[in-house]
Amino acid sequence: MERYYQPEIECASQDQIKTWQSERLIATVKRVYENVPYYRKKMEEKGVTPDDIKSVEDLHKLPFLTKDDLRDAYPYGLVAAPLKDCVRIQSTSGTTGRRVVAFYTQHDIDLWDDCCARAIVAAGGTEEDVVHVSYGYGLFTGGPGLNGGSHKVGSLTLPMSSGNTERQIQFMCDLGSTILCCTPSYAAYLAESIHERGLQDQIKLKAGIFGAEAWTQEMRRDIEQKLGIKAYDIYGLTEISGPGVSFECSEQTGMHINEDHFIAEIINPITGEVLPDGEKGELVFTSITKEAFPLIRYRTRDICVLSHKKCSCGRTHVKMSKPMGRSDDMLIIKGVNVFPSQIEAVLLNKGYAANYQIYVDRVNNSDTLEVRVEMTPELFSDTVTEVAAKEKELVDALKAMLGIYAKVKLVAPKSITRSEGKAVRIIDNRKLY
Amino acid sequence: MTVKQLSVFVENTPGKLAEFTDVLFQNNIDMRALSIAETPDFGILRIIVDDAYQASCVLKDAGYVLSITKVLAVAIPDEPGSFSKIIKLLSENEINIEYTYAFTTRKKNQALMIFRVQNNDKAIDVLTKNGINLLCQDQLADI
Repeated sequence: MERYYQPEIECASQDQIKTWQSERLIATVKRVYENVPYYRKKMEEKGVTPDDIKSVEDLHKLPFLTKDDLRDAYPYGLVAAPLKDCVRIQSTSGTTGRRVVAFYTQHDIDLWDDCCARAIVAAGGTEEDVVHVSYGYGLFTGGPGLNGGSHKVGSLTLPMSSGNTERQIQFMCDLGSTILCCTPSYAAYLAESIHERGLQDQIKLKAGIFGAEAWTQEMRRDIEQKLGIKAYDIYGLTEISGPGVSFECSEQTGMHINEDHFIAEIINPITGEVLPDGEKGELVFTSITKEAFPLIRYRTRDICVLSHKKCSCGRTHVKMSKPMGRSDDMLIIKGVNVFPSQIEAVLLNKGYAANYQIYVDRVNNSDTLEVRVEMTPELFSDTVTEVAAKEKELVDALKAMLGIYAKVKLVAPKSITRSEGKAVRIIDNRKLY
Repeated sequence: MTVKQLSVFVENTPGKLAEFTDVLFQNNIDMRALSIAETPDFGILRIIVDDAYQASCVLKDAGYVLSITKVLAVAIPDEPGSFSKIIKLLSENEINIEYTYAFTTRKKNQALMIFRVQNNDKAIDVLTKNGINLLCQDQLADI
């Protein structure tokens, strides 16, 4: 028997959803046009005014917003509510120059929590449950999002945050956690650790809500089998709110997008043309209920497919596939956004050749990053100490830029393949998509 | 009073050393001494040859990254205690040794040690004053 957190919304008719979307879109566009000079300028450049937006069908007339816009407008340029009404800031797993700061009013947090509550109830959560949140708390949206959702459901909430596996397992056993929320790689690690300690009979988990990074069906089955749970996917991004933009139901054939808050489009990433249901393209979101930080036609760079096919769970909101890739070269490593251009900047700055390769892999369900750099006469020395010192300097500079450890491997000159045209810079052996 | 050592960057993977020695062989270069400093990812090959300039040209053409370092080639009697004596002299004069390695000669009762120190001039001064024989580059062909 399927349960819903807000059945009147989650199972509303397509017409009702369209009506909500149109009303809210019109209001949001009018508000940002009047209050946010950055939006007004973008709309003027495209020759659109709020009067042109009469329903959700007119959405395509509006200009796109990209991560570059968010950077240009950093930090306050896109805030649409008076700062005195804003109560919270969250930020992306930031990397220099690409940091995104999102603002929330209390109303925005309430709606975000509702979205996460829908995901928890869809995974079988009730007020009888003990929700174990092992997403990071702080600027990262994972912890606060699921924490708020769990409160709304009325579950007993364990704000564990990430790390300290020993304590995670102890609390899980002692307090009888029933729903685990974390990244899939951490879930796999916890499952492994529970088995090593022979504690699988001591845990009472029944479901897991895992997101913030890509994972495969094999990984899902592995976690489900090891923990004896059903594993649900959840999707979100800080720019739009955080986790809970979409979530999986019992059917597990895609994630229902909370369409009363977010309008989803799929576009051709090159031409910007809107694509019909079932076609693969870049996912674009418009948030229509946010007060502080509404984004209009924000390009996520995630490649997905949308489906309006009737779902056996009874929910009527459109489903998105798991992201199948990126329309830019961003990598998500250990949940952190990494751009090859950042690595290149560090190399050039330290006097290395711009010929490099990035190897990403997943070892024991944890991501690894290796940067291969060609040796140059300037960097070479006859002593290992000196070469090691230069290597260390590069590792430190990369850590400072990316926020995560990257192993540096010095390789022979000209050993990195030069290709005709576009160089192959990234070798991702994780096979996530 | 020094000799030229070639230090060559080589990846620490199977076959790389064979490729390197093959380049020397193809160009008819005879190694007088060889030592390898290794890390998990790469090695630094240090070699002494008669004609360092010619060998460096050949290796550069083959795409190797290398550096030329002036090192000390010390002739010592092949008997217990003679290496210890040199180390002590350097130690007493606070000359730090980066690395050292030995190689044999065709001459009876004589061993040759290569020393890479931080201060060549000071080391040469200390060693020669104590009657220790240092070889020059052009003496290498005779050893």
